[in-house]
Order: sequence, then structure tokens, then C-alpha cells
Amino acid sequence: MTAILENVSRRKLLQGAVALGGLVVAVRLLPVKHVFAQAPKYGADGMPHGTVNDPKVFVSIDKDGTVSIVCHRSEMGQGVRTGVPLILADEMEADWSRVRIVQAQGDEVKYGNQDTDGSRSTRHYLKPMRECGAAMRMMLEAAAAKKLNVPVGEVEARNHEVVHKASGRKLGYGDLAADAAALPVPKELKLKDPAAFRYIGKDTPIIDLVDMTTGRAKYGQDTVLPGMKFAVIARPPVYGGKVVSVDSAEAMKVPGVEKIVQIEGTPPPSTFQPLGGVAVIARNTYAAMKGREALKIVWDDGPNKVYESKDYRGKLEASARKDGKVVRNEGDANGALAKAAKKVEAEYYLPHFAHATMEPPAATARIQDGKCEIWACVQSPQGTRDTVAKRLGLSADNVTVNVTLLGGGFGRKSKPDFAVEAALLSREIGGAPVKVVWTRTDDLHHGYYHTVSVERIEAGLDAAGKPVAWKHRTVAPSIASIFAPNVKNEAPFELSMGAVDMPFAIPNIRVENGDAEAHTRIGWFRSVSNIPHAFAVQSFAAEMAHAAGKDPKDYLLELIGPARMVDQAKAGVGWNYGEDPNLYPIDTARLRRVVELVAEKGEWGRKLPARHGLGIAVHRSFVSYVAAVVEAAVDEKGNLTVPRVDIAIDCGFFVNPERVRAQLEGACVMGMSLALKSEITFKDGRVVQNNFDTFEVARINEAPRETRVHIVPANIAVPPGGVGEPGVPPFAPALCNAIFAATGKRIRQLPIRDQLST
Amino acid sequence: MVKLRVNGQERTFDGDPSMPLLWYLRDELALTGTKFGCGEALCGACTVHIDGAAVRSCITAMADTEGRAVTTIEGLDPNGNHPMQKAWRNAGVPQCGYCQSGQIMQAAALLAEKSNPSDEDIDSAMAGNICRCGTYQRIRTAIKAAAKGA
Repeated sequence: MTAILENVSRRKLLQGAVALGGLVVAVRLLPVKHVFAQAPKYGADGMPHGTVNDPKVFVSIDKDGTVSIVCHRSEMGQGVRTGVPLILADEMEADWSRVRIVQAQGDEVKYGNQDTDGSRSTRHYLKPMRECGAAMRMMLEAAAAKKLNVPVGEVEARNHEVVHKASGRKLGYGDLAADAAALPVPKELKLKDPAAFRYIGKDTPIIDLVDMTTGRAKYGQDTVLPGMKFAVIARPPVYGGKVVSVDSAEAMKVPGVEKIVQIEGTPPPSTFQPLGGVAVIARNTYAAMKGREALKIVWDDGPNKVYESKDYRGKLEASARKDGKVVRNEGDANGALAKAAKKVEAEYYLPHFAHATMEPPAATARIQDGKCEIWACVQSPQGTRDTVAKRLGLSADNVTVNVTLLGGGFGRKSKPDFAVEAALLSREIGGAPVKVVWTRTDDLHHGYYHTVSVERIEAGLDAAGKPVAWKHRTVAPSIASIFAPNVKNEAPFELSMGAVDMPFAIPNIRVENGDAEAHTRIGWFRSVSNIPHAFAVQSFAAEMAHAAGKDPKDYLLELIGPARMVDQAKAGVGWNYGEDPNLYPIDTARLRRVVELVAEKGEWGRKLPARHGLGIAVHRSFVSYVAAVVEAAVDEKGNLTVPRVDIAIDCGFFVNPERVRAQLEGACVMGMSLALKSEITFKDGRVVQNNFDTFEVARINEAPRETRVHIVPANIAVPPGGVGEPGVPPFAPALCNAIFAATGKRIRQLPIRDQLST
Repeated sequence: MVKLRVNGQERTFDGDPSMPLLWYLRDELALTGTKFGCGEALCGACTVHIDGAAVRSCITAMADTEGRAVTTIEGLDPNGNHPMQKAWRNAGVPQCGYCQSGQIMQAAALLAEKSNPSDEDIDSAMAGNICRCGTYQRIRTAIKAAAKGA
């Protein structure tokens, strides 16, 4: 193994740091307006508690040589329990087959930030995990040298043993464990030459593969504790509603029902606190569910009873058809539009979506001797700890959060309202363990929904079809509305997900944001505001190409323009996924490269049967670049199928290409769901959809038949970008562009549903 | 009193006969490999075998399990090495893993019925099983591999 020397100073813990872009977790500490007033800190440093690179925190070795590595991030299908520990294992020259993973409890002072969202885990932990691994390897080498009585320079760690190069003598990691653990952590670390990586950059099956295929994997719904009770909760059907009265006489008669209690809700803005309602605690889940059906509750719906999706769409449209708050202004878009040879305009509508994780939220809590212990499928265990502690009036030190596997997350399980419910119910019954089970209907009715939006774009073309003006109005209720009252505009982090950071080379650009009021809980949904913004921008790019009479791929490249770094400050980009714009610029060369790669691999322009068409789209999000070519086939009756998708990603340096491919395959299916079928609507303030029959998602027969993933190779000098989310945004516009190519029908509102039937 | 066999073991149940098998398995027997996803036979996460046929345990009342043999993911193969489980691992199917027990049970029943399923057979047998992570392409690969005995 050749090693390169790097000076690595031990990083100081950042306790309670809150910075620009840290909104996702920082809001649990500060009101929104304060978050943006801090001096910028980027990357992991911008997150509460930063990172920790102490090997004594993350790795231990048993006498038999088993290496235990702590995973402090939550597994929800992205492969983090494999990918992040793999970095450490590789750097310490551990044999991966002798590694076991220990899931960390929520403790950010100990482990650094644990909030698993924003496609950040590899991005923020590549470096600290390498440092942990390198330090542990050096400690093992030092221990071996001492034992063999040779200078440390003569030994080398290789695949779970330390070898004395001259004599060939070897000591296994198990034999060195105790001595190595007693050594101080070295101050100056020698990181491996990336050419010597054993696992990083190569395909590694996920660590939970056997458990997940044998039923042994444990999720939040699966917690079983001795003496545990089961609870379901009737929550206010309208956001901000309250219980007026409850008649629980019939419910108490259901065999197995033991107690019925009322939970106080937190009025809007409700943050991550429960909605309140009436809980039925029983001997099993079925009894609790039956008991709930027998409750007679009178609700006061409150002001959000007016929420009606059809009317609301009209309000969003009205807002998008008048001047809004100017959030980007370069040149004179209005003037250039007035003088343009040709004008193109279009309006797009995207509805609310629910996360609909296959595992509905669930949490178990027990309170003993003033201490609360939680078992839950949460993306942010420290956030859960803080939120539970606040509600119970305990210090966070007296709250322990055990993280189970998450049966899907997609942002829903960033919000620990369900864990707080479990804690409150345990307290109600003297501290005995209670599992709160959310049903599918609970999940669909009480989510933190993806926003609903109208995107209106106007463009001016010159006589040759070249773009001269771009004017985009975006209108959508903001996630900030769950944290602060009277929020009417998208937050900088939402606007910077595909609207303000729009990368096209057009001389006159104006982006406006119209008012929109929230009437339900709005939350992060995989890819967040990139979904509506990319749908509009990338659909519109193809509409402009059509107006200009040009090939959509060629025109897309013309819009992107020459290779350059988009000036984020000039454009008014308020948020670069929390990353330093110098380290993670908006690099149009990389945007062009994924377009060119996907066009080549996807055989752009290939001959297709009648009623088949190809569409293309590209989008940068979570500091990665993704382009897709979708083949759509629409039969005479309007039935849509997708025979093939090519999707290319440039995510910088990556750890486990097998999971990068899996995430992108999955992103195309999620893209298909939201393009084709999924929609949450409200009537009288209540969600209309009750289960998967009305909130529909793509099934195997509707999913793209073949998805080919193309990864742009990158060396370690290219900092890693996100992978979990960036695959979603380009899919729907590429699909709708393909439908246009196949049929001449332009889809401007999602879901597509029966819009193609004639 | 309902008498049934679960993974080869004799069991008796004297609770609410309308209780779905799903909750008996999960809450009474702690066989949590069978998952709760929708409660209305719309997602397939709770799929088990009853006398060899794939059944949604979330809508199967305990009263209807009298004298039947129930197999859950835990009992599909004593060592977790049913051809479908092996094919699943070789294809690297799972992401979050939550729906996978139901998918595997459904696919195993398909394979028992059709040794060489076509794409259409796979579509019609598996369309009742939702995967929100979107592992469908690999599910198809795994089923075909298991059929080939790979």
C-alpha cells in the first residue's frame, strides 16, 4: 500500500452550530428568520454538531478480530449502513466480511450530525470516516510494531492484519485490538492512496441483505418489548383542528381496549409536534384499531376547513398571473419579452404528494425513573430526542432514541411527531412501553405533504430561435409555514432548488415568487422543490425547442450555453444545498456532460416504432447533475408505457456504485409514480385519499421496463454530491417531453392519469 | 378456538375471530417479518402462504385459518435459502427492504405455480405488491434468475 501524507488537524466539535442552509435541522433550534442571519458555514460544518472523526467513537475490535463500526446515519434504503462504514473499513484495511455494523443511538455531541436527509451522508462523511479509518489503521500498525519490536515504518496494515514487510511476520487485528485501543489517536494522519482502495468505488452488496430477505430486519413497526401496549390515534382531520367532545363508551367495550386518552395538539405552526387527538391503547393493534372505529368524536375543524384543492389551484394560478416578489433579475426580461420575435408561454401545475413510505410511521416509547427511551424509524434521532424532551419537559440527556431500520423515509421520517405521540402515551399509562402504529390512512391523512404549485414561464426568442428572455413565476406554499406564522413565500432554500439557480445562458432573466398560504403541513419530500421547478423548466426547454423548430437535445445544450460557472451571487442563489459555492459551483460543463452522455448511451434520435417518442431533461440538485432520456409509448387508447430509460449522473466521487445505480433506478419509479398517478387533494380541509386505491403509486407493470444507469467516473478530487434525491427531478419532464414526441400532446399538469385518453 | 399451523408449528388462538392473521402473526407470535403496509390488500406487504397459495394476511380473518397451514417469510426456508431468496440477494433487490418479505412470498408462490414465468406472468402476479423504493426491475431479474435455477 502506498500512502500519501496529508496534514489533518483534529476538528473541533461544533456544538449547536446553526448556519445558512442549515434550515433542515436548524429550525428545531431557532425560528426561521434567524437561520439566515448567521455567518455562512458550509458542508458538515454548517450542520448542528458538525462531524466527529474520532476512531474511538466509531470503531472497536474484538479479540476474535470482529470489527464493529458505528453507523450514525439512518438507513432508509439508500444503503447508508453499507456505504458510510465501508469508507472507514477501507481506510483501516479491515476485511469487510469481518465487519459488523452497530446502529448509533441519537447523540450528536458524540457522533456529529445525524440528520439523514438532503442527500448528505457521503458528502459530509467521506472525509471524517476516512480519518477515523486511517487513525485506527495507524494505531494498529503502531501496536504491531511495538509487539514485534521493529520500527513502525517497517510494518504495514493489509486486509485485517499487520505485516512486517522484511520478515513476513503477521499479527491479526484481533491480536492487536487491546494494545491499539490503548494508544492515543495520532494527530497526523496518512490517508490511503485512492488507487489502493479495496472497496470504495467498487460494488458492495448491502450489509442488511440477508436480514431483509429472511424477515429478520427490524423496522419501527416491528418493535416488541415485554408488556408492550399498542395504540392508534384519531387525529384531527383538518390541520389545526381540535377535539370538542369525545364519547368513548362503545370503544371501551371492545375486547382488548384498555385506555382512551386525549392528546393535546400543537396549534399551527405545529413544527414537529403531534397534531393531537384521541388515542386508544390496547392489548394488540387490531383491538386498538377497532376501538378507534367505535369512538364518537366531535371536532372543531378551525380555519383550515376552507382548504379545497380545486379552489386553491385557482388561487395559485391567479397569483402566478400577476407580478410577484422579484427573486432574480438580470438584464431586462420584461423589455426583451416585449421586443422578442417570438414568445412562448406555459403554465404548469403539480399537486401535493404524500411520501407513502411502505412502512407507515411507528414508534415505541417507555418511561422509567424519569428517563424516556424511544425505538423508532426516524431520520433524525437527535431531533427526535430534542423534540420529545421538549414536549415531556425532560432534559435531552434523559431521552434515549434507538434507531430501527426505516421502511422508506423520503423526508417523512425527518419529522418525529409520531415518536412524541408514543412518549406522551407511555407517560399516560405510568411509563409502560407503548407502540404507536400509524395505519396507511393515518399516513395519507396526516402527512407533511410535498407542496402544491403553479409554475408559469414566458420566454422570448429572436428571429433565429435563440432565447433572449426568460421570466418564471413560481407559486407554492412553503415548508417554512410549519415553523412560523403568516409565511406566504417560498424560502430561499426552496427557490434555490431549480428556480433561482436556473442555469441557462439567457441575457435577460427574471424570476418572481407569488404569494401562497399554507393550509396543511408542508414538508420535505425526496427532491423537494426541485420537482416542480425542474418539471416546469425542463418541460419548457422542450417547448422552446419546438417553437424554435430545433432538436430538443441540441436546443437544451444551446440553452445551457458554454462551459462556465454560473455566478450564484449575481443570480441571487440563497442556498447551495448548504455547500460552499466555490467547492460546489453550478458547473455548466458538468451539466452539458451528463446531457451528452445520456444522449449517447440512450441513443438519442434512435429509430422507434410509431407512437413511441424520446424525451430528454437535465437538472442539477443536491450538488449532483442528472440527465435522463425516456422512451414513452402511447397506444391508440392512450395507455402509456415506458419501455426504456437511460439516466446519467455526475455525483462527483462515489463510494458504492451498486447503490448509486439502485437509487437512480428507484428514482425513475418514484418519478413515474408522481408523473402518472399520485395526487393528494383536499376537500373541506380533509385529505380525500384513504389508501393505495386512491393514492396510487406505480406498480411493477407500470414502472419503466428497463432503466440503464450511467455514472460519470470521478476521482477523489471531485467532492461527492448527493445521490438519493437528484435522480427524481429530471424524470417527469423527460417523460412528458417523450409523450410530446410520441403524440404531439403536451402535458402541463401532473399527474397524467387519463389526460392521454382521447 | 382456532387451530392452525404456523411455519410447521401447531397453534391455537382463542381471541377475536375477526382479527386479521397479520396482527396475530405480528402482535401475538412476534413474527414481524410479515409487514403491515395498507390493511386492505392493496400493497402486498403482508403476503404469506396459506396451504401454499399467496394470501394477504391483513384481510384474512383468524376464523378462516382453521385447520390451515400458514407459512411466513421466517418459515419459507429453514436457512433463508429458498431459490427466490437466493436470487433476490444475487440481484441485490432490496433498498429499504420493508416490502421485500411480501414480494418474495408472492414471487415464491408464482414460481411454484409457473416454473418459467413470462414478463406478463410476472406483471400479473406481482402487480399487487407495491415497492415505493422502486426495486421492480431487480425483482423481475430475480424472478427470472430463480426460474432458471441460477
